[in-house]
Amino acid sequence: MTNPPLVETRELSVHFGGLKAVNHVNFSVCDGELRCLIGPNGAGKTTFFRLLTGVHAPTSGTVKINGRSIAGLQTHQIAKLGVGIKTQIPSLFDNLSVHENIWLSARRNHGRAAANQIADRVITEEVGLGEYANTEASKLSHGQRQWVELGVVLAQRPKLILLDEPAAGMTGSDMEKTAELIKRINRSSAMIVVEHDMEFIKRIAKTVTVFNRGEVLVESDVDTVLADERVREVYLGKRMGQRHDIGA
Amino acid sequence: MIGSRNYWPIAAAVIAALSAIVVLPAIYDEYSLLQLTIYAILSVLALSLAFIWGYGGILSFGHAVFFGLGAYSYAIGAINFGETTIALLLSMVIPGLFAAALGYFLFYGRISDVYLGAITLTVTLIFFNLASSTSGPEYRVGRVPLGGFNGIPSIPQLNVPGFPDWTLSTTELFALSVATLALVYIGLRLLINSDFGRIVVAIKENEVRAELLGYDARKYKLVTFVIGGAIAGLAGCLFANWGGFTSPAVFALGQSVQIIIWVVVGGVGTLAGPVIGCVLIQWLTNSLASLNTVNNNLIMGGILVVVVLMLPQGLVPTIARLARGRRPVQRLDAATKGLGGASTKSEARA
Repeated sequence: MTNPPLVETRELSVHFGGLKAVNHVNFSVCDGELRCLIGPNGAGKTTFFRLLTGVHAPTSGTVKINGRSIAGLQTHQIAKLGVGIKTQIPSLFDNLSVHENIWLSARRNHGRAAANQIADRVITEEVGLGEYANTEASKLSHGQRQWVELGVVLAQRPKLILLDEPAAGMTGSDMEKTAELIKRINRSSAMIVVEHDMEFIKRIAKTVTVFNRGEVLVESDVDTVLADERVREVYLGKRMGQRHDIGA
Repeated sequence: MIGSRNYWPIAAAVIAALSAIVVLPAIYDEYSLLQLTIYAILSVLALSLAFIWGYGGILSFGHAVFFGLGAYSYAIGAINFGETTIALLLSMVIPGLFAAALGYFLFYGRISDVYLGAITLTVTLIFFNLASSTSGPEYRVGRVPLGGFNGIPSIPQLNVPGFPDWTLSTTELFALSVATLALVYIGLRLLINSDFGRIVVAIKENEVRAELLGYDARKYKLVTFVIGGAIAGLAGCLFANWGGFTSPAVFALGQSVQIIIWVVVGGVGTLAGPVIGCVLIQWLTNSLASLNTVNNNLIMGGILVVVVLMLPQGLVPTIARLARGRRPVQRLDAATKGLGGASTKSEARA
């Protein structure tokens, strides 16, 4: 291959005491891809996500972003490799306005000359929060806060975006808007989305990686994965499989 | 308020300073001017903590260490060199360098807020003990004996740079102190409105988010801390000029606590508030001391408790909100960040 994958893990493991939370995971995502990570609770997907973002250090194995190992890098240095991260609970500058939140993101990555213009475009066109530009982030609803954070990540114009449960706590139209937003963002950035809401996965997913007990169980396109017997088994448990038909 | 691009406070500061410099010396005698000078000097000190705590989110429990270092640096420099220009510079450079060294360990070592408070507190107490135990003749810098508990007397007055014989009169020191206060206020206001300032405030708001965007929070906090240290040092220099002597008392616990009280009373997260808090508290302290009927500290303590309970956000933010016709919103902001559980509890009770 001429281009290295955008993200690549080799034999990545992390052990907490005797618990092998992530065990010999080989994983890669290429430019422009949209990858969903799913798995039952405790499967290791969030831990894996944290290894990618440098929150946890691996016990063994490597994580490379853009061909560069992230071992020993600080959070801000990983961000500078072109990685945008959205945490599970919206992490915003709560007492600052929506515009200030997104401006701060654009300012870091595009310099002061372009920052205002990019911030304006992200707010009005990309996340559609124009009327809230001067509202304090803390005064917005849960869904709106999620979109502000997506806007913050977008304004970085990162090559790779990592999203941890972007639809958590969302229902109906909010979830729909978030799915649309993610698809649109994916036109310019590769994405890795950790999610366990099946409805949401079906809306956005192309390729899905299923985690179970710290290992990759299956990795394939969304329909194949959802039809897979082993996935149904680990995801819903044998007894529950009848009631919750995830293959639909 | 934060991130405001309004420049009217700067115009107000210029007008207030100019009129104080022109009008007050015409009204008051030298003794009263000297009393007013100390308010201006201590207000500069209040501003330095107002900046690093209210905007940088760094609560230094030993902020007096930079004030004291500034006073000692000026005293030692001025006596050794005769001409005071270098001494004036030293009074900012040395506390600034010390803040850089201390801050490097605090921020690059990722020390949490509570421990940062404890460490800065300890550092100022160490300096207090160090300075107090230098009474022997062997403790000298250049030809200045450090003087132990008695400190350094007969510190030369500032002179106009390049003119060692042109030292400042009482009126001139008053004008210089007021001008310094105005310039520090304006400088900090401009800094807070700059991109650097907006980033510093963002890091105070949410350090994790700032780092996820690629900002190195450690670096920004360190620069903020150094700026605060240098300004406190400058206040120390003026203080040494004002009294003509300096003693280990500048490093004392009470000194550090006092600065925090000014900021709390005036309002964390504002610049004007701590200045008003400082003037108000100092004026009260002076008035109570002359009464001689009740214990001064008891009343000061009472006032602090009342302010924290009734006006948890401090005077200026509360008045600003009332002026805009809204009830003060009791949110956990900058104050909580530094005070931790203590302020949360008091706000819950209020």
